Amino acid sequence: MKSRVLVVDDDPALAEMLTIVLRGEGFDTAVVADGTRALPAVRELRPDVVLLDLMLPGMNGIDVCRAIRSESGVPIVMLTAKSDTVDIVLGLESGADDYVVKPFKPKELIARIRARVRRTEAEPAEQLSIGDVTIDVPAHQVERGGEQIALTPLEFDLLVALARKPRQVFTREVLLEQVWGYRHAADTRLVNVHVQRLRSKVERDPEHPEVVLTVRGVGYKAGPP
Amino acid sequence: MTVFPLAEHARRGVAQVRQLTVELVDAFNAVWRRSLQLRVVISTLALSTTVIVVLGLVLQTQIASRVVEGKETDALLRTEAGAVLLERDLSGVDPDREGAQGEINNALDRLTNASAAADQSGTSAGEFRAVLTTSRDNTGAQVSAGPVEDVASDLRDTVAQGTLSRKYVTLTEQGVEVPTLIVGQPVRTANGELEFYLLFPLTAEQRTLGLVQSTLIVGGLVLLLLLAGIAGIVTRQVVRPVRQAAEIAERFADGHLDERMPVQGEDEVARLGESYNEMATSIQSQIRQLEEFGALQRRFTSDVSHELRTPLTTVRMAADVLHASREEMLPALRRSSELLVTELDRFEALLGDLLEISRLDAGVAELGAERVDVHGVVVRAIEAVRGFADETGTPLVLDLPTGVYAEVDPRRVERIVRNLVANAIDHGEGRPVQVVLGQDERTVAVLVRDHGVGLRPGEAALVFNRFWRAEESRARRSGGSGLGLSIAIEDARLHGGWLQAWGEIGKGAAFRLTLPRFVGGLVESSPLRLGPEERPAPAPGSAGSVPTPPVGWPMVTVPPTGTSGAGR
Repeated sequence: MKSRVLVVDDDPALAEMLTIVLRGEGFDTAVVADGTRALPAVRELRPDVVLLDLMLPGMNGIDVCRAIRSESGVPIVMLTAKSDTVDIVLGLESGADDYVVKPFKPKELIARIRARVRRTEAEPAEQLSIGDVTIDVPAHQVERGGEQIALTPLEFDLLVALARKPRQVFTREVLLEQVWGYRHAADTRLVNVHVQRLRSKVERDPEHPEVVLTVRGVGYKAGPP
Repeated sequence: MTVFPLAEHARRGVAQVRQLTVELVDAFNAVWRRSLQLRVVISTLALSTTVIVVLGLVLQTQIASRVVEGKETDALLRTEAGAVLLERDLSGVDPDREGAQGEINNALDRLTNASAAADQSGTSAGEFRAVLTTSRDNTGAQVSAGPVEDVASDLRDTVAQGTLSRKYVTLTEQGVEVPTLIVGQPVRTANGELEFYLLFPLTAEQRTLGLVQSTLIVGGLVLLLLLAGIAGIVTRQVVRPVRQAAEIAERFADGHLDERMPVQGEDEVARLGESYNEMATSIQSQIRQLEEFGALQRRFTSDVSHELRTPLTTVRMAADVLHASREEMLPALRRSSELLVTELDRFEALLGDLLEISRLDAGVAELGAERVDVHGVVVRAIEAVRGFADETGTPLVLDLPTGVYAEVDPRRVERIVRNLVANAIDHGEGRPVQVVLGQDERTVAVLVRDHGVGLRPGEAALVFNRFWRAEESRARRSGGSGLGLSIAIEDARLHGGWLQAWGEIGKGAAFRLTLPRFVGGLVESSPLRLGPEERPAPAPGSAGSVPTPPVGWPMVTVPPTGTSGAGR
């Protein structure tokens, strides 16, 4: 089955070019040119990945991102012309999983999209736990005391990566490679923002984390099981 | 010094006094130069003192001569009148005869009494003493009445010759000097001539003149003080607004562009204030305009860069699609698609650099500092340019210790090092490029050294200029934008660090990045040497304008490399 990519971009030339490139790589594509129509399209088409331009008419890309995230865990990759920390962190905090700065190379974009959809591959049955949080890997479910915690696929991947090697300290670079699929070192802000988001969901007190611990100057590791 | 203690003391004392004098003179000169008010007051004082002294002298002389003239006229009149009286009284007296003395005495007494009576009726010659005497050249005994010894002899000689004459003398009476006017006249008697003198003491006149003199002095002094005061007040009126203007102008120059002078009335000072304010307003508006232009220009650069990105993305993807199927193309088309892709890379790099520099110019760039091992950052930077180094056949000689922790922005530091290494490969002519990482307690440093063409004198300061090229003809192989080093130095500044260049023709060039270990730290020295390697470690200060590491710190020098000596 082909993975479906929803392109939300107001620039027709770029949208068409994206379609050509993505189809060439074996993706199904749908294009939406208006921010306000992005959420209905997500509901209707149930895409595997959303490519979202941050500068949109009708509805700001950040708001679109929040709206989608509020009802779906679909992976979102932002397209942005701004590489300022503020813009990127804002985009990530509003729910984007990854971002690509314009102008990007097609290969780079494809790599980002593939990294987001690869989780559909079959995984072996596995039960993991950090602290009082239990993770059912094949079912993509996280529970604390019988209560479900809703995580986006990316947050889930991040948590699983940490939980699989409880004693290992992960540097941000290693996490970028394992979770985001970056071959080369990239922006460690991705890791910071997503760890914050993950903590806000799985920790009892995000100020004093017990599940995802910070190792100063190095990176992160899982809390004791 | 112990041999002549006194002389030494004296010498020292003199020296001290001289020094003190010099200091005082200097201080006065300083005040003199700096205070217009003081200058005006002192000049006024000096000039008016001269005028008052001259005026006083003239006045005094005039008054004195008038007083004396009046006295003299009166005295002459009185003498003549006395002589007439005496001639009548003594017409029959023979001075040589016995009893003449009595006659003479009587005559004088009458004269004196008559004069006393006359004084009350109005003449003003004042009191006097009369002398009546026989001539000295008379053979007989001299007969005289009154203080004849007070009469000067030369006067007597003139009177003896039969003329009326006068003389001013100073007599001493009971130890007090009394200026006296003596008027003498011969008096004819039946039997020869007598000499008649009147002595007018000038005490009253002297007192009057003294009074006039002291009045003049006191008056002059009071006048001087008043003049000085007036000059002070008047200049103050002018100087105060000038001082105020100076203060306001200073504040304006310090950047308080809203400072204006208060304007009151319509006089010259008010006009000065008005023109000053007009000038300030004009300058202020021009500065604002320039600031706005600058901001606008930066906004524009940023907007253009952003707006260019979307079409560039489309073009880039289209080019890549073409490039991917280049195998099916004709040779000319294939080469064209390759050129398109490589030039797009360059265009992209330039756009990115342009955007970054506009961000740095606008001051919105922020330092995403975190504690990292700089080793990893440098290694990543080198890996990024490794391909380019292999292409040009440039060996990279690395001396990168691990565990060099510092609070830096890893993205920026990586970019700096990447730029420096790419630049070194670009100009290294294939000779080895050394990259050294060093540290001390307060700083970390990265040195990038090539052994290529080097820099001409003065070029080390220019390499950080935007779009600067060492030689117009020299091609850039790395396809750098020409902004790399400009961005690098701005990045270093953002860290509060240094980025310095060194180079010599034929010896290559070196770039040294020195960053504080902690955010907000100060860089005062670098653990690495910028110039060519020398052994032993040179003394501080020997490297010209380049700060050398402090003595005692471990010097991290570039180890000799297998291929060293290239270019030297």
